[in-house]
Amino acid sequence: MKESRFARESVDSKQRVMMLSFVVAIAFLLLVTRLWHLQILNAENYHSMSEKNRLRFVPVAASRGTILDRAGKVLVSNRPSFSLAVIPQEVKDEEALLTLLSTLLGLDRTEMADRWKKGSNRARYYPIVLASNITRDQVEIVEENRLRLPGIEIEMKPVREYTSKTHAAHLLGYIGEVSEKELDLEAFEGYNYGDYVGKNGIERALENELHGDDGGRQLEVDARGRILRTISESSPTVGNSVILTIDSAIQKEAEIAFGDQAGAAVAMDVTTGEILAFVSNPGFEPALFSGKLPADIWQGYLDDIRHPLQNKALSGQYPPGSTFKAITALAGLHDGAIDETTLVNCDGSHTVGGSKFNCWNNRGHGKTNLHKSLRESCDVFYYQLAEKLGVNKIAAAAHAFKLGAPLGVELLNEKSGLIPTTEWKQKRFGKKWYYGETLPVAIGQGAVTMTPIQLASMTATIANEGTIFRPHLVKRIVDADGNTLKETKTEIIGSASFSKESFRLVKLGMLAVVHEPGGTGAKARVYDVKVAGKTGTSQVVRMRDGKNSSKYQYRDHALFVAFAPFEKPEIAVAVVVEHGEHGGSAAAPIAGRIIRAYVDGKKAPRKATSGSSKEDEDEDDDVDSEESSIPAVVKEPRSNGAAPP
Amino acid sequence: MIDRRLLTSFDWILAGLVLTICLLGILNIYSASIPYKTVGMSYYLKQFYWMLFGIAISLTVCSRDYHVLEDISYWFYGVLVLLLIAVLVIGRRSMGATRWLNLGFFNIQPSELMKIVIIVTFARFFNNFHSVGNLTVKDVLIPLSLLALPVALIMKQPDLGTATLVALIALSMVMYVGLRWYTIVTFVCVAIPMAWLGWAFVFRPYQKNRVLDFLDPERSRLGSGYHIIQSKIAVGSGGLTGKGFAKGTQSQLRFLPEQHTDFAFSVFAEEWGFIGCLLLIAIYFMLILWGLNIANRCNDRFGGLLAIGVTAMFFWHIIINMGMVMGMFPVVGVPLPFFSYGGTSMITSMVGIGLLQNISMRRFIF
Repeated sequence: MKESRFARESVDSKQRVMMLSFVVAIAFLLLVTRLWHLQILNAENYHSMSEKNRLRFVPVAASRGTILDRAGKVLVSNRPSFSLAVIPQEVKDEEALLTLLSTLLGLDRTEMADRWKKGSNRARYYPIVLASNITRDQVEIVEENRLRLPGIEIEMKPVREYTSKTHAAHLLGYIGEVSEKELDLEAFEGYNYGDYVGKNGIERALENELHGDDGGRQLEVDARGRILRTISESSPTVGNSVILTIDSAIQKEAEIAFGDQAGAAVAMDVTTGEILAFVSNPGFEPALFSGKLPADIWQGYLDDIRHPLQNKALSGQYPPGSTFKAITALAGLHDGAIDETTLVNCDGSHTVGGSKFNCWNNRGHGKTNLHKSLRESCDVFYYQLAEKLGVNKIAAAAHAFKLGAPLGVELLNEKSGLIPTTEWKQKRFGKKWYYGETLPVAIGQGAVTMTPIQLASMTATIANEGTIFRPHLVKRIVDADGNTLKETKTEIIGSASFSKESFRLVKLGMLAVVHEPGGTGAKARVYDVKVAGKTGTSQVVRMRDGKNSSKYQYRDHALFVAFAPFEKPEIAVAVVVEHGEHGGSAAAPIAGRIIRAYVDGKKAPRKATSGSSKEDEDEDDDVDSEESSIPAVVKEPRSNGAAPP
Repeated sequence: MIDRRLLTSFDWILAGLVLTICLLGILNIYSASIPYKTVGMSYYLKQFYWMLFGIAISLTVCSRDYHVLEDISYWFYGVLVLLLIAVLVIGRRSMGATRWLNLGFFNIQPSELMKIVIIVTFARFFNNFHSVGNLTVKDVLIPLSLLALPVALIMKQPDLGTATLVALIALSMVMYVGLRWYTIVTFVCVAIPMAWLGWAFVFRPYQKNRVLDFLDPERSRLGSGYHIIQSKIAVGSGGLTGKGFAKGTQSQLRFLPEQHTDFAFSVFAEEWGFIGCLLLIAIYFMLILWGLNIANRCNDRFGGLLAIGVTAMFFWHIIINMGMVMGMFPVVGVPLPFFSYGGTSMITSMVGIGLLQNISMRRFIF
């Protein structure tokens, strides 16, 4: 009985063991399937994930190239900046460490604690910067007390140094972290988040030269983020240096001459198109932009009625005012509408089709020929000339000077200005050109606008009697060892083909502006050098209303263009003083001082100077300017362009 | 005492399989512990001594006829339950759980021993049971109570992994004995609401987190989900042939948690690849089949039940550990027998092997 039950049960249990074996086999098969899934089907995926775990790429930023002026004076360089950082995971007692740091280094304890707290949600073993821009003395103290400061690190990175603060700020530009938008641009291919790039000015325009090639280290790290070894390393290549055509002595003089006034000045070599000075005033401090710009300073820049952040020399588009009369005169001479002897009687206004157009001198200039019309800037002479020419002939002359389009200076966003034609008006407004509209155009008002660069280029072209050079700012590009890589060649982009006689007449008129009695630009005179120029005063509001004119924003712009020496022109200058009211009083003295600086520089050529002697030279310049013929009040440039107006 | 007949019937296959796994395990622990500086003896050497100690225990276990266990099984059970209570009262806390009992000269983990004792207890219980093959609900009430007490005590420590293991071993034995269909249906109907209640009231937050992390590892990439992700990366990145001995980046750079203990298999998988894993899994598979074979060949019910219980213990350890390492199960502290570093696991497993050997050797006696 018992025997049989056991036998039956044994058969049963054998079946069960078979079944269990089957279940076990399925379970193991599932394991193998899973293994196949992970190790065969997704091996590549997981392998790259394990590599990502293990490898960190730490870029080593290349040192940016320096920017120098034509004499080799350093305008922008790099200096090492040290910051104090902590790796929180290596610190046992945060409180004690902070106390020690503040007593040793005299740093603000609460600020450090604050930064620590803010940074502590980052990746492990990522250093948190507690204090940036610490001094070398502080660095030394940290080094001496290394053992007492576990987890504390000194980080060094090069920062951009602008040797004289606001000097040539718009020209040089500033750098900043590359933005998401920029990363999409072709120009920034190969850049990564966190890279510093030129944001504007030369820094942006020559980004490719200045940036250099970043190096990097491929590191193996463990799970805690500790660096175990360097797998591969490539050292960065220093960026190339840019040597500008700018003469920093002239530049400096121009900036000082502007003082608090807003405006722009461009000085150009008449024979090459090299830009010797490129001023936009007020300036700003480019160095502030590469870090986190303090909010109050930023707000100060934005609130300033004089728009310190705008590059007025490049993108300011101003009605050229009477400086444009040179173009109108050339158009007239070319057309035969006038000649040297043409006389116009100016009684203070000119009436066309019922509209009265005033001369700036409402008493009138009396009998006026071309020479007098330039010297005394008679408007009526040009109103009558405009009637004979029509707008398109004036525009043709302007176009011969390559006006109305960017001239192709290296900087980005150069504006084109505007030379109106009948066709332009039809396209732009779908309206016919009215006869009366030509009259303001003839005196550089109405729709005509020009940038300071164009004003300078126009003046240079008049001075050299027809050759239009591409205005440029970059003279040479050299590598870190000083070998020249590129040299900007003088490029002729066109010629304004007017007769020699026409140019001679206009130039004589411009000489009279400065040197003859009754000339409007006497304040541009420079001792022992003959200066030829033309004043301009351009209306900001069309119908001048006596009530408004006192308010800063409604005051006229003051312009002055000049070249010198008259006999054999070398330098052309254009000055715009925003809301400066009268070209002769506000802009001409600045142009005079720029020419003065140029002439002085030629007498005693500057050598490439080191940083220590540059201050002395600047002072020399100041002294020179005091001696110059213009008794202008010399104001020190403000260290900070953000002061309230 | 040990007669010649027993020696000639010594189960060399069983011994060979276990020894192979042990040696592969030591090799793997050697690699896994390279990045860790150890004070004193290194892990692989310690594991080697644990293996020798385990073999000694295993031989001791198989030296006396397993039938002596029949008489003392309930005593064992009683003592173990008392020890589990003692753990809760005077146990040593470590890593947020109280699992260890200090016996002066060494620490023991009573919950681990419970795995063996529950096997012996259930084997004893079902050995003399009247209805075998079609247990009713009433039939299993007593064994389930015997199971519930230690499982509850282990859960209280808390040690979800061991509690699950003990329950799975016991339930496997019950299934082997055989249940009626309606018994199974009844239990399923009871188990689902019980599981819900357990989730709501018994599970600790960390245990719930582990389950949730398993279901969605991304929810805490650097928390406990980290273990699952890193382990899967280690296994997957091994590919077909592996990265080579001591060359696994995940293990050598310490991206793996518990890599010489619970996650030893992911170290092995990373360094030996699919081929190596297939070999190891094959050996384990043979071990399980051999255990079932021993149960099958055994001529008495007690021995058969013991063999089934021990085999079930190994089976569940292997499945849960490997499944966990490959991201199929939540992270629970279940070691891979003979392969993971750890003295307690080695001893428990070797006691189990001792029992299997005992049964295998004495199959001709009856």
